[in-house]
Amino acid sequence: MKPTLLIGATLTALAFGAALLSFAWTPFDPSAISVPDRFQPPNASHWLGTDHLGRDMLSLVMTGARTSLGVALVAVGIGTGLGVPLGLAAAARHDGWIDQLIMRGNDLVFAFPSLVIAILITAVFGPGAINAIIAIGIFNVPVFARVARGGALPLWRREFILAARTAGKGAARISSEHILPNLASLLIVQGSIQFSLGILAEAGLSYVGLGAQPPVPSLGRMLADAQTMVSLAPHTAIVPGAVIVLTVLGLNLLGDGLRDRLDPRLTRAPA
Amino acid sequence: MIAHLAKRLGILAASLAVASMVIFVVVEIAPGDPASYMLGMNAQPDTVAALRAELGLDQPKLQRYLSWVAGMATGEFGTSYTYRAPVAQMVAERLQVSLPLALMALLLAMAIALPAGILAAARRGRAADAGVIAATQIGIAVPNFWFAMLLVLLFALKLRWLPAGGFAGWDDPLAGLKSLALPAIALALPQAAILARIMRSALIETLGEDYIRTARAKGLTRAQALRKHGLRNALIPVLTIMGLQFSFLLAGAIIIEQVFYLPGLGRLIFQAITQRDLIVVESVVMLLVFAVILVTFLTDIAYAAVDPRLRRR
Repeated sequence: MKPTLLIGATLTALAFGAALLSFAWTPFDPSAISVPDRFQPPNASHWLGTDHLGRDMLSLVMTGARTSLGVALVAVGIGTGLGVPLGLAAAARHDGWIDQLIMRGNDLVFAFPSLVIAILITAVFGPGAINAIIAIGIFNVPVFARVARGGALPLWRREFILAARTAGKGAARISSEHILPNLASLLIVQGSIQFSLGILAEAGLSYVGLGAQPPVPSLGRMLADAQTMVSLAPHTAIVPGAVIVLTVLGLNLLGDGLRDRLDPRLTRAPA
Repeated sequence: MIAHLAKRLGILAASLAVASMVIFVVVEIAPGDPASYMLGMNAQPDTVAALRAELGLDQPKLQRYLSWVAGMATGEFGTSYTYRAPVAQMVAERLQVSLPLALMALLLAMAIALPAGILAAARRGRAADAGVIAATQIGIAVPNFWFAMLLVLLFALKLRWLPAGGFAGWDDPLAGLKSLALPAIALALPQAAILARIMRSALIETLGEDYIRTARAKGLTRAQALRKHGLRNALIPVLTIMGLQFSFLLAGAIIIEQVFYLPGLGRLIFQAITQRDLIVVESVVMLLVFAVILVTFLTDIAYAAVDPRLRRR
C-alpha cells in the first residue's frame, strides 16, 4: 500500500470513527455549559480545551464531525442517485435528444456560482442541515452525470456490450448489468472528491449561519463562534479548522490512492 | 467556422434564456414578500399594497419576468428595494472592492502556482515534486475562511501589520491595498493549489509529446525544450481554468467578504438574500452567470479558431 493511501485511509477512518463514537460516547456532554471553565487551553482533562461557554471542545468536534460527514455523505448520495442514471441514459442514447438535453443542462448548472446558489437555496427554504444537503447535493448531480456518461460512452463500443445487445437485452438492462459495474471505480473516486468538497461547503454554509442550527453542533458554526474570540483563545478557532483540514485531506488522499490502485494505467503518470 | 460560430451563439443565447428563467423562478418561490419585509411587522395592508404596486410586484409573473429580462438586455438592472438605488450603480460600487480583490487573488495565485507547477513537472518524481504535491493537497483541504481567521490572528492581531477587517476606500490607495491584502491571500491559497496541480499535469503531458522528443533530438537540453516548446502549450488549459476561476472569485469571495466585513459583490448578494431584496439577487446572480457563460463561449471560439478539428464537434 502506498503511504499516501495509508494516511488517507487512516485519517478518514479516524474522522468516521470519532463521528460514530459520538453517538454512544463523548468525553463530556457536548452541550454542558460551564462558564467558570471557559477558554481553557488543551489540558489533561479537556484534551482540546474548552470554548467560550466552557463546553469540551473534543466532545464538540466529535458531534460536529457527525453533522459535517452526514451532510456531505447524503449530498453525495443525492448526486449519485440522480446523476448516475442520467449519465447512463445519456450514454445509452449518445447524441440523441436525451443526451443533448442532459449535457446542456449540465453546462448550465456549472455556469452557476455554486456557493451563491447554495446560500440562496438555504436562505429561501430556511437555514438547516436538510436544506444544506439539498443545496450541496444539487451541484453533485451534474458532476456524477458527466462522470458516468464519460465512463459509459467507450464501454458501449466494446464487444461484451455488443454481445449483450445481440442477446436481446435493452439499453436499461445493459446499463445496469454491464455498464454500471464497470464504472464502480470511477464513481468511488469521484465520490470521495465530492465528499470532501461537500464537507468544505457545509462548513462554509454553517459558518455564515445557514447550515445546521443550534443545538446541533457543527464545525463551521464553531468557527463562526470562535471568530470574535480568536485573539483571546486561539485554540477555539484552530481546533475545529484543523479537524476540517485533516478530514478533507484524508478523503482527498484516499481518493487519489484509490484511483492509482483501481486504474493501473495511472500509476506511472500521476497527473 | 461560421456554422460553428452560429451554433455556439445559439447555445449561448439558449443558456442565458434558461439561466434567467431558473434564477427568476428560484427567487420568486422565496417565501416572504419584499414589500411587507421593508415596511415591518406593523404595516397597514393598504400601505403594503401601495408599495407592492410601486415596486411592480402586483403585475403578473410573466410580465415581471419579461420586463426584468428586457431591462437586463438594455443595461437597466432595476432598482433595489431596500436601498432605493439603481442596481447597476450598486454593482459598480461593489466592483470597486470585488474586482481588485479578485485580481489580486488571481495574480497572487499565479505567482505561487505557475513556478511551483513548473518546478514540480521539471523535477518530476523527486523531492521538489513531492513537496509541491503535498503542499497542494493541504492547500485544497484548507477552508479559505478558516485560513483567513488564522491570517487575521497572526498579521492583524499579533503582529499588527495589516487591518483585521473593513475597507479603507481608494482615496488612499495604499490603505485600500492593505485592507485587501489578507482577504486576497486567503482567497488565493486554494486557487493556487488547484492551478499548481493543473500546471504540473499539463506540463507533464506536454513533455511526453513527439515535438518535445524532436526538440531534444535536435540537441536542446530538457530545460530548453521545456522553456521553448513545453510551457507555451501547457499554458492553454491553465489559462482556461484561470478564466473560470476569475469569474468565480468575483462571487466566490462571498464568505471571505463576510470574514473581513468587505463591502464587495459577495456581501451585497448575501445581504440582499437575507433582506429579500429580490431584484438585487436576481440581477447580480444573472450577471455572474452571464460572465461564466461568456468566458466559456469565448474559450470555445478561441479554441476553434486555433484548432480546426474542434469545429466539427
